[in-house]
Amino acid sequence: MADFEEDFDTDGIIKKFMYVHTRAPYGTVYALEGLEMVLIAAAFEQDVSVVFIDDGVFQIKKGQDTKAINMKNFSPTFRALEGYDVEKLFVEKESMEARGLTPDDFVVPVEVFDSEELSLLMNEQDVVITG
Amino acid sequence: MLHIVNKSPFERSALDSCLRLAKKGSAILLFEDGVFAALKGCATTDKMSAAARDFNVFVLGPDLSARGFEQDQVIDGVTVVDYGGFVDLTVDRGPVQSWL
Repeated sequence: MADFEEDFDTDGIIKKFMYVHTRAPYGTVYALEGLEMVLIAAAFEQDVSVVFIDDGVFQIKKGQDTKAINMKNFSPTFRALEGYDVEKLFVEKESMEARGLTPDDFVVPVEVFDSEELSLLMNEQDVVITG
Repeated sequence: MLHIVNKSPFERSALDSCLRLAKKGSAILLFEDGVFAALKGCATTDKMSAAARDFNVFVLGPDLSARGFEQDQVIDGVTVVDYGGFVDLTVDRGPVQSWL
């Protein structure tokens, strides 16, 4: 039993996790589930980066008002990530521009990286999860 | 015929298929993730502006608001409707073809 516990002793192990959000909010459940995964990794005090590409950039659009579609507006939760020490948020420049958005349109401060820069960052990770 | 499209134009080809196959003059309603096709200033804007000349294009307001967009960000020639308007389109312009 002692050996068993030892095998699963993960104290102090910190891996670089990257969560890549690729879907718009509300039309599918991917965006909300992806955010929950980020919160779980943050709770385990991992080194988390969050990336928004493709329609994922719409997840952090300011001014979401979901009253009329009777769903929970989860965009404010992205602002709470800072409290979990998740501060590395990236938006892919190409995806943002194709959708007519600028950094001022987002509910959180982000770093805008082009795909080449993001590719390098992705390559540094221990775990990359796309949703 | 009323064509309804609920998929993002950036992610899926549902809207392209609809525009290719729908008869000119028919109605197209963009809803759920389909509302992104109604926005100005996007990579899809020119295509939709052209489509708005061939079809009667509508977009569902509640789905625009949910995603953080206002009426003034909608392409000229595209009409914003509410749920009641969706029902009216179904009644007046049906049958309905759903592009999944």
